[in-house]
Amino acid sequence: MAKVEIGRMDQLPKRLGKCVRIGALELALFRTGEDRVYAVENRCPHKGGDLSQGIVSGEFVFCPLHDWKICLKDGQAQAPDEGCVKTYRVTVEDGHLYVEL
Amino acid sequence: MKRKLVMVGNGMAGVRCVEEILKLDREAFEMTIFGSEPHPNYNRILLSTVLQGNTSIEEITLNSWEWYKQNGIRLFAGETVTDIDHERRLVRTDRGRTVEYDELILATGSNPFILPIPGADLPGVTAFRDIKDCERMIEYAKTYKKAAVIGGGLLGLEAARGLLNLGMEVDVIHIFDYLMERQLDPTASKLLQRELEKQGMNFLLCKETAELFGNGRVEGVRFKDGTEIAADLVVMAVGIRPNVDLARKSGIAVNRGIVVNDYLETSVPHIYAVGECAEHRGVVYGLVAPLYEQGKVLAQVICGRKGRPYEGSVVSTQLKVSGVDVFSAGEFMDGEGTESIKLYDEARGMYKKVVVREGKIVGAVLFGDTSEGRKLFDMIHRGDSLESLSLSLFAPISTEGKGSLVGAMADTDVVCGCNGVTKGAICQAIAEHGLKTVAEVRDCTNASRSCGGCKGLVAELLEYMLGAEASRYATKETVCSCTDLSRDEVIEAIKEKRLTTVREVMYVLGWKNEEGCSKCRPALNYYLGMLYPGEYDEEAESLFVNERLHANIQADGTYSVVPRMYGGVTTAEQLRKIADVAEKYNVPMIKLTGGQRIDLLGVKKEDLPHVWAELGMPSGYAYAKALRTVKTCVGKQFCRFGTQDSTGLGIRMEQTFERLKTPHKVKMAVSACPRNCAESGIKDVGIVGVEGGWEIYVGGNGGTHLRAADLLCTVKTEEEVIEMTGAFLQYYRESAHYLERTSKWVERVGLEHIREVLFDVETRRGLLERLHQALATTKDPWREIVESEKLQQTLFRDIAKKEPVPVE
Ligand SMILES: Cc1cc2nc3c(=O)[nH]c(=O)nc-3n(C[C@H](O)[C@H](O)[C@H](O)COP(=O)(O)OP(=O)(O)OC[C@H]3O[C@@H](n4cnc5c(N)ncnc54)[C@H](O)[C@@H]3O)c2cc1C
Ligand code: SF4
Ligand code: FES
Repeated sequence: MAKVEIGRMDQLPKRLGKCVRIGALELALFRTGEDRVYAVENRCPHKGGDLSQGIVSGEFVFCPLHDWKICLKDGQAQAPDEGCVKTYRVTVEDGHLYVEL
Repeated sequence: MKRKLVMVGNGMAGVRCVEEILKLDREAFEMTIFGSEPHPNYNRILLSTVLQGNTSIEEITLNSWEWYKQNGIRLFAGETVTDIDHERRLVRTDRGRTVEYDELILATGSNPFILPIPGADLPGVTAFRDIKDCERMIEYAKTYKKAAVIGGGLLGLEAARGLLNLGMEVDVIHIFDYLMERQLDPTASKLLQRELEKQGMNFLLCKETAELFGNGRVEGVRFKDGTEIAADLVVMAVGIRPNVDLARKSGIAVNRGIVVNDYLETSVPHIYAVGECAEHRGVVYGLVAPLYEQGKVLAQVICGRKGRPYEGSVVSTQLKVSGVDVFSAGEFMDGEGTESIKLYDEARGMYKKVVVREGKIVGAVLFGDTSEGRKLFDMIHRGDSLESLSLSLFAPISTEGKGSLVGAMADTDVVCGCNGVTKGAICQAIAEHGLKTVAEVRDCTNASRSCGGCKGLVAELLEYMLGAEASRYATKETVCSCTDLSRDEVIEAIKEKRLTTVREVMYVLGWKNEEGCSKCRPALNYYLGMLYPGEYDEEAESLFVNERLHANIQADGTYSVVPRMYGGVTTAEQLRKIADVAEKYNVPMIKLTGGQRIDLLGVKKEDLPHVWAELGMPSGYAYAKALRTVKTCVGKQFCRFGTQDSTGLGIRMEQTFERLKTPHKVKMAVSACPRNCAESGIKDVGIVGVEGGWEIYVGGNGGTHLRAADLLCTVKTEEEVIEMTGAFLQYYRESAHYLERTSKWVERVGLEHIREVLFDVETRRGLLERLHQALATTKDPWREIVESEKLQQTLFRDIAKKEPVPVE
């Protein structure tokens, strides 16, 4: 397992996603209204939409391309759509963010 | 000079009659209405639903104070008429007022019957008749637990249901051995009782109340058989008495009610009676449908157009208790000379009975499935023969597709019994006025305005008439699934409670999803911006990405940039700059748009601010729910057909309305002659130059729902074009649903209505004032971002690229 430092909490505005690239991997990073941080693969299961730019509500993000609703906790697309994005565990230490790959 | 009409009684029958008079002849009378209650006319029927918690008292107003004013009616609410002097033709009131009349209508309704037993005047004993009673019960339920309702009729049961909803335990006391004996036969009644017991009502049948007892307030009920029960609240619903005191005192012939003939005339000339206080051919009616029929006849009499006489009514009954469907009409009891067809399905709790006399359908009782009630009612009314009865009525109900009941109804069949509105009348109104919702049908035809029992049928009719389109309207269109409120209700609440942020709106209005969704968040953001121009700060996180980043997101996650070129006109210098920027940022494609602009496609998100800075041109808003472009044709400067300077006007319009946010994107065009090279006929606002003026078209669309624009008006000058367009845009901003294109909006609200609004000078001035307020506060978003390091940081920059490092 690899753990990567991806930045600081204060770089993350609430409910506005950020894109992080780690090697070839592109992650969408979110800080919810309740200050929880989630990272998911930045490719919508539908047609690869840039999830980091979607509207965030609670623990869901709405893909900006065709409005699929993706759960940030488990990566599942919500009915009636089907599909899943990979999720990654994020930890916060001293205001620094780490993601486990 | 106008004749003076005085109405005593401000209730359902009286005011309906006034409405009918206004319809026949607005100018004939100077009208005065007296009402003992301090409210404008309200829907008494819906008191039951208020008590049951489905409706608020404010919602049941039928005619607002405003309505009386608009119709020039003097209303004295909270004032009782005490005397009629029919020699001198005047009435006197308890406030010492005297008012003269030429015609006088008594519509004094009835009084609840209060049993003459000891204790009936104790505090905690109430009738169920008006707002005051309803409020008293609601108040009592806050402190006390045990209620007793005396009377197991319609009213008593509705009151009992309400008290249950208010959290009280309820005993219903009835003197007979079965409920609603005036409307149901014993079989239906037993099914009803069983259902209501399941809902939590307790019944004491065959009990005659002897007295109410209590120390200071009511504490219990004692019966003739010596037994007693405890009760903190006692509701008497044992019947009503026509309110005839005033008439009797004034020497008007009174029997049980005020005696009237087939033209609703009393024994005294120029005095009429209508409603529950009137007795016609020996019958006093206690339901609104017949009272409304009376009102119609009386209106004609009063207006001097004595037409068809009133010949009495067949009545039908429906109980307004949720989960219980009962219906009865006509002669429903088995008796001498009648035969009946019955279906009794005890397991499913279903009972249907049709009574026949001499081969003709004369009555019916339905329990459990009342969907055919209205149809049966019409058959009874017409005296149809048994043969015409479709046996499907007695077929076992299948769960799927009963087939369209409304489809099978005849045009003359009545859909709304209370108001006597036929299927034909509703269909005609839907077609003529383009009605789309039950509420619109109600406002236009009165159907479902009273007890609301026919709402389902009206919705079905809408669906039947409009096809698939209707299902979207049939049920209330809420903002999104996070709320049960409609757009208008939300806007009302924002204004009234002065809500100022998206979160506040969702919190105060009880959103089911704490943070909303991708539908309501952008919508609320728009509504707040529209309501508070200059004050409200858009919330970036509630915007769709295109508007947050002021560029269009493309399939691959890059963005496209369209600089503004007013009227589609550019210069060599601008072209050179665009070319340079495109080269520098490796723009993979440069394309001309349908709106005559240049599109730079494939720009990376982080590059957007640099691209804008280097272009040095204002944003073209190609991404926004706002004015996009004004497409223009060559016009008279160069074109041999051109009659006007279309390019010049297009530039002017674009500069005037630039950056104006709208419910959806807005496209405009100006052509200089009817050849229409700028395609003005399929734009939200399209202008066509004609000799000596301009035609203004609105509501066109070239998109998914292709629609040709409608001619709004023709004007002479460019100033007028700008003014009309501005007013149109502002009215669209204020009244359309978010994401509703003008094409849909024009169809929904109607071109005539829009004309009425825009052609009213005062209204137009108001619209333009608010439009200019909104325009005065806009800034170019590209500039703003180029100048703000912070915005660039939060919105455009990714977090720097990292390489994976294994850690322990
Ligand atoms: C709780 C409830 C539920 C009902 N449900 C249904 C139903 O589902 N279906 C149905 O068809 N019907 C129903 N009804 C009956 C229906 O409401 C009445 O039939 C109808 O309101 C009668 O209309 P009206 O104008 O004759 O009398 P009202 O509406 O009672 O109006 C009479 C008005 O005259 C005023 N008034 C009386 N005397 C004077 C005076 N001297 N000076 C000034 N003002 C005076 C009174 O204050 C009153 O406001 C229900 C009634 C109640 C109470
Ligand atoms: S619309 Fe008429 S004036 Fe304009 S370019 Fe076409 S032909 Fe010429
Ligand atoms: S790519 Fe995400 S919804 Fe289509």
